Amino acid sequence: MVLTFVGATGTYRMAQQASWTKKDLTGIEELSRAEIEFLFQQADGFLPALAPGKGLDLMRGRTVVNLFLEPSTRTRTAFEISAKKLGAEVVSINTTASSLVKGETLRDTAMNIRAMGVDAIVMRHSSAGSARYLGKVLDISVINAGDGAHEHPTQALLDAFTLRQRFGKVEGLKVTILGDILFSRVARSNILCLSKLGAQVTLAGPATLVPASLKEAFPQVRIVHDLKEALKDCDAVMLLRIQHERQTTTHFPSLGEYTSQFGLNAERAAWLKPEAIVMHPGPINRGVEVESEVADGPRSVILEQVRNGVAVRMAVLHLCTGAISR
Amino acid sequence: MNPADNSPLWIRGARVIDPSAKRDEAKGDVFALDGKFVDHLSAADQAKARVIDGQGLVVAPGFVDLNCRLGEPGRTARETIRSGTRAAAAGGFTTVVTMPDCLPAADNIGTIQLLREICARDAAVRVLPTGTLTKGHEGKALAPLGTMKKAGVVAVTDTTSGVQNNEIMRRALEYAAMFDLVVLDHCQDSSMTEGGQMHEAAWSLRLGLRGLPRAAEEIVVSSDCLLAELTKARIHLQHLSSGGSAEIVRRAKARGLSITAEVSALHLLLTDGALAQYDTHLKLNPPLREESDRLALIAALVDGTIDAICSDHSPCTATEKDCEFDQAPFGAATLETTFAAAYEAIVAGGHADLALLLARLTSGPARVLGLNAGTLRTGAEADLVLIDPKTRWTTSIAAQQSKGGNNPLAKRTFTSRIRSTYVGGRLVSGTA
Repeated sequence: MVLTFVGATGTYRMAQQASWTKKDLTGIEELSRAEIEFLFQQADGFLPALAPGKGLDLMRGRTVVNLFLEPSTRTRTAFEISAKKLGAEVVSINTTASSLVKGETLRDTAMNIRAMGVDAIVMRHSSAGSARYLGKVLDISVINAGDGAHEHPTQALLDAFTLRQRFGKVEGLKVTILGDILFSRVARSNILCLSKLGAQVTLAGPATLVPASLKEAFPQVRIVHDLKEALKDCDAVMLLRIQHERQTTTHFPSLGEYTSQFGLNAERAAWLKPEAIVMHPGPINRGVEVESEVADGPRSVILEQVRNGVAVRMAVLHLCTGAISR
Repeated sequence: MNPADNSPLWIRGARVIDPSAKRDEAKGDVFALDGKFVDHLSAADQAKARVIDGQGLVVAPGFVDLNCRLGEPGRTARETIRSGTRAAAAGGFTTVVTMPDCLPAADNIGTIQLLREICARDAAVRVLPTGTLTKGHEGKALAPLGTMKKAGVVAVTDTTSGVQNNEIMRRALEYAAMFDLVVLDHCQDSSMTEGGQMHEAAWSLRLGLRGLPRAAEEIVVSSDCLLAELTKARIHLQHLSSGGSAEIVRRAKARGLSITAEVSALHLLLTDGALAQYDTHLKLNPPLREESDRLALIAALVDGTIDAICSDHSPCTATEKDCEFDQAPFGAATLETTFAAAYEAIVAGGHADLALLLARLTSGPARVLGLNAGTLRTGAEADLVLIDPKTRWTTSIAAQQSKGGNNPLAKRTFTSRIRSTYVGGRLVSGTA
């Protein structure tokens, strides 16, 4: 286990992080399988700290800024709790409080935050590529909490961590991602993460949201538009939220039509293998992509995902800030 | 030697390439007197002439650019006529056609006259303004084409806005044809490109960026061909990016339609994969597409389907491009690297020889607008370039003339370079 510290003079340092050299987590694309697995080991070690009243002080004296330029409750809260469980100070900035609405550039906003002596910025932004951009601009850690339709790496990590917890390993699993793939950063990160860990990914949903051209972008995936075909032999189905706010043009006729074709109800869940699980990154549109009977049923691991999200984000914050020598 | 010197000019012993006269001499001389090309110099003129040793160099007509933006009026942080025309000269361009989407838009004679006054004061090369096709390039009401023609516009265009309504485009074409004004069209169906950031394909899907599909361009290329047939007006298709567009133009030309087309050097050299790191400098409209498009555009350029190579020079400040990808403006500052980039793609790439490349930079674009430029013919303005076809050089933002901080080819090494540029027999860039 790596969680041993040296020195006790107020600043704590990790003993060895040789397996992790990245100050930023901007996407799954940049991670190797070994790095993902190392991060999971770290997250395993943080699970006991999730109990009420427990916490660590590995990041005591450090400050994490949550720069959320798009609405988010779950991810922002999970990052806040993760940082606090590690003993860090947390400041959260949301869209309305941000000077970006006054026309300040992202670089200027970030440089100002950095000048105040911050150790890490966790950013959610509507622009694809913005986390990578900020990582190049800043010499402190940048953690991507979702950049446009590009990546949401901590979501994919917590999803794979949950699969690993349930099945012992991710290698060889068959995972179906169902819903709005075209506009989903969760889908992109999950395709990359699951593939790197050796799972087989099937993408399913209406042809407008799951276009055949995705196969050119991600040759390792299978694309199906038939729900039964997509569900029948998978080990896990990841439901994606139907994102009204990202569809500037019509990609399906109505929510009702979506539900009638692709919504997961008890009857359709019966097509799944007995041991198959149902996942969802939240927030759930109950009655649209999934009915409550399934979302709250025995197959659902949705709340485990949420819980694991804290441990995984603790590992991300700890590893990335630890990669900067000071 | 005084660069402003207008004594007789004698370029001696250079490879002379003049596509307008199908001339390609391994070793020849070019003479200019009083700003015009002449057949020979008298003994007296020879005695006082500036003699340039052309050994190892190529002399060609000054290049003609059909598509650039020089900042003024209104966008002087990006470029000025002074900086932009010096960039043009450094890139070998002696005649440049500017787009009318300045501030205010060139949709009235006042703006055209202002532009001409600034040019008379500051320009290092010949600047030919265009006017908008519709007021404010909004695609709603016709701009005063007749009066703008009198004020000196050489063509009309709504540039990147395009004209989205076919009925307005049809009437605009008929009206423009009355004044022999060529309509330059940026072919894009905006209903298919809302929020689009790059070519729609595997890379846009990986990067999570909204796409500009080929079909959005090809639909308008097709409708322009149909409207050219209906109205008999002259349409020039700006900066084609899709291989499919080139094929549509090839068929239209085969049917005898008076359609012409251009391509930017960047589209001949690069593809969408270059955007893998969200480089805002490569955010172009139309976007860089795939290798199959690049090769189809080169083939169309070589077989004459595409008439001209343009710079599509669209300078921005470094600050404007230093931001999130989807918030960056489109465009690149390219005047100084257009020749080198096209040389690398076409000649070094083994697709055609230097003479063909020069044809698409000189006589090709001149013919599109019927300009008396891009030629070494006796009596023409003595606008010429001296090219060093075998020199390695590395571009840099610091060394460039343009104010544009957005040259995606900065820090790139090329194998061919413009050595010097003359306008009306006067040296405007490079060494004498």
